[in-house]
Amino acid sequence: MSLSLLSRGEMQFDQLLQYTLSGLSTGAIYALIGIGFSIIYNATGIINFAQGEFVMLGGLFTLTCLDLLKLPIWAAVPCAVVASTVAGLLFERLAIRPLKAPTPINLVIITIGGSILIRGLAMLAWGKDTHSIPSFSGDDPIAIGGATILPQHLWILAITVIIIIINKYYFYYTISGKAMRACAYNRRAAGLVGIDVRRMVLFSFLISSAMGAMAGIIVAPLTMTAYDVGVMLGLKGFCAAIIGGMSSGMATVVGGLLLGILESLGAGLISSGYKDAIAFIILLLILFIRPQGLFGKADSERV
Amino acid sequence: MLEVVGITQIFGGVTALEDVSFSIRKGDITGVIGPNGAGKTTLFNIITGIYTQTSGKVLFEEKDVSGLPPERLARLSMVRTFQNIELFGGMTVHENVMVGMHTKSSSSLFSCALKMPWSIFEERRIREASMKWLEFTGITELADVTAANLPFGKGRLLEIARALAVEPRIILMDEPAAGLNSQETLALGQLIKRIRDLGITVLLVEHDMELVMDICDRIVVLNLGRKLAEGTPREIQDNPDVISAYLGDDD
Amino acid sequence: MKRELIKFICFSLFVMLMPSFFKGGYLMNVLVFVGINTMLAIALNLLLGYAGQISLGHAGFFGLGAYLSGIMTVTYGWNPWQAMPVAAIAVGCLAYLIGFPILKLKGHYLAMATLGIGIIIYIVFNETYDLTGGPSGLSGIPNLELGGIVFDTDVKNYYLIWTFTLAVVLFSINLANSRVGRALRAVHDSEVAARVVGVNARLLKVQVFALSAVLSSLAGSLYAHTMTFISPASFGFNFSVELLTMVVIGGLGSVYGSFLGAALLTLLPEFLRSANDYDIIIYGGLLVIMVMFMPGGLVRGIPDLFKKVFKTKGGADHA
Repeated sequence: MSLSLLSRGEMQFDQLLQYTLSGLSTGAIYALIGIGFSIIYNATGIINFAQGEFVMLGGLFTLTCLDLLKLPIWAAVPCAVVASTVAGLLFERLAIRPLKAPTPINLVIITIGGSILIRGLAMLAWGKDTHSIPSFSGDDPIAIGGATILPQHLWILAITVIIIIINKYYFYYTISGKAMRACAYNRRAAGLVGIDVRRMVLFSFLISSAMGAMAGIIVAPLTMTAYDVGVMLGLKGFCAAIIGGMSSGMATVVGGLLLGILESLGAGLISSGYKDAIAFIILLLILFIRPQGLFGKADSERV
Repeated sequence: MLEVVGITQIFGGVTALEDVSFSIRKGDITGVIGPNGAGKTTLFNIITGIYTQTSGKVLFEEKDVSGLPPERLARLSMVRTFQNIELFGGMTVHENVMVGMHTKSSSSLFSCALKMPWSIFEERRIREASMKWLEFTGITELADVTAANLPFGKGRLLEIARALAVEPRIILMDEPAAGLNSQETLALGQLIKRIRDLGITVLLVEHDMELVMDICDRIVVLNLGRKLAEGTPREIQDNPDVISAYLGDDD
Repeated sequence: MKRELIKFICFSLFVMLMPSFFKGGYLMNVLVFVGINTMLAIALNLLLGYAGQISLGHAGFFGLGAYLSGIMTVTYGWNPWQAMPVAAIAVGCLAYLIGFPILKLKGHYLAMATLGIGIIIYIVFNETYDLTGGPSGLSGIPNLELGGIVFDTDVKNYYLIWTFTLAVVLFSINLANSRVGRALRAVHDSEVAARVVGVNARLLKVQVFALSAVLSSLAGSLYAHTMTFISPASFGFNFSVELLTMVVIGGLGSVYGSFLGAALLTLLPEFLRSANDYDIIIYGGLLVIMVMFMPGGLVRGIPDLFKKVFKTKGGADHA
């Protein structure tokens, strides 16, 4: 790779920049979804296989708000987030909480079942077509060096940064955020000191479905959306979380960005067909070699 | 027979065991006692290959077995039981003991699935030999009961029967009397003596002093991760260090 | 053991007499698939139900069997009877190798890792055009042939597939009630206790993973030779989930349960032809409902239900 880069010179550098920039914005999406995974995992010990479906719901609810209710985009986005979050809460209440024997295998099966069900219902509601959503502020490309990006890319990066800051504030400076962290360290002990653990579980589903929906909304103008986009996005988000060692903070953000950039470079320089395989190869390598994540200390608890 | 040499175990900065050494004679019942937090269970987990120690060695029949996983130790004839009994809950009592004979049988996956003559023969041998251990522990009539439905006391007996099916030369019991009533504890003491009479060396961690003093040939006392004393039950009862460790030191 | 044998003989008779009811109608074709899916569900059940290890990548092993058989016979002109075992051995070796690192993982992590393997295999099917024909698939795969009989009709295929399926059923029942099967169930119930009495849990799990992959590959080869056409779409993540659904619905750890699950999930879409697109909702709904209300699957749930109904009725009689 490096040889071919040298021989082709500057144009190749621009291309590399282009891949990196577009990788950054997909990576930001993966990061948001990954943090959602981690929040639920840390609060409950569940890997929520239905996480990607809330990403899908975010995009499709926005579509409905825009097309059917004729809302302006600034009103459609919060409405869609609220709608998806309600779906997330319902999912926790109806599928997770009533489970009598919450063994890991049962939880895997029920979240998979739930995700299929949500996807199926979405197919009923929105059909099998791919839908497009207008960009937040036009489609005029912006030149950066020799590369160009779209305004939507900037939106994605900005919104991701804002969400991460809010997230940080919530977990470190509010009572319920601190209680969530306590649950993540030790659920039993948290329960003993009077934290309502079940409420925290519900909260974790609330936050992560809202974040997932937001991710789905900001990426939809670039990639289009359909009832089945959640599967891949969800899995990639999980890869980001694994790279970050299931942290709900910066490690997963870095994991997401890394994954986005590697994918984009791989697709551009090697083969676009194998783009999706890259994420899973990274996932397997991390699980096999460093199950504690790329930045975590040795701690084999989660394997 | 079993020798523990200079075992130290550090968990993230906390020293759970510090330079513990002692040895066990063949054919003895040896008890390890000590107040809560003395490091008894940690020591047990190290000997039986559940944890790997920070430093030190475990010698079994003159062979260094430090760091060997439990399944290897079973093949070397060392077996253990658990404080909170670990049964195969979905299987019958008889099947539980049959699993105990895993190392004493050898049919491969394919010969089992294809019902080769030798695997049918072996299966019959396992079935009959495992009954012997149900009789030994007195739970024959429960053979077809699902293990998860057993009362705690019977579960304890089943766990011992399963361990004996491994045909061990040493058996380690982690608080065998925990959760038993006084009658069951008495019967357990008799059972442990009968196990020794089979020529099996016994090492047990126990809180029930009466049981320990009654059945043990030798006792090792741990306190705060160190060996405090070692000797016969009488010597231990008279040892001033042991008494102060248990009752609290006033000075 | 006697009872197991009688059960098996009854089941075999039932299977062998089935075609005489349908006289080679369209349903025969569906029943061929019930056979293939039963084989796959049993393969996954050995891993999930007995050893307690989940896999969301079994469609990948199924696909590998199909493609290896297809490529060896179409491109290299092998005899299908040679291609089938070679494919099974190759898939078994692959599974054995990945089994060691992958089965170190537990629960959710194992699910994600196997899912990743399944998706990577699926992507390879799509991208290696020269070998597999890519998304448009591989056609012209020869039928199996035995003593001058070419298995090219639904009825012939029915007997062919079900002979294999019954062999797999017997194989699995024998295994479950043997030293190895008990050790597997022991690992499932308490891994630490199983290890303490000398069961090498890790090796055993890897062996069963490999065995399960071999059986899936065999089913894949049979699928390729009866369909004569294969494309990647049959071997994606959705099919892995469908297999999981069959096993859970039928009952974890029950060989005949796997048959029930496979039969239900294969026949249901046929009866719901008009609702073709909605089968995805049905799978999802069934999974959720079964885990919540009948965690033991149909094989245990139905008898329980009968007992309950019977009991309440008895109670009413008294009153």
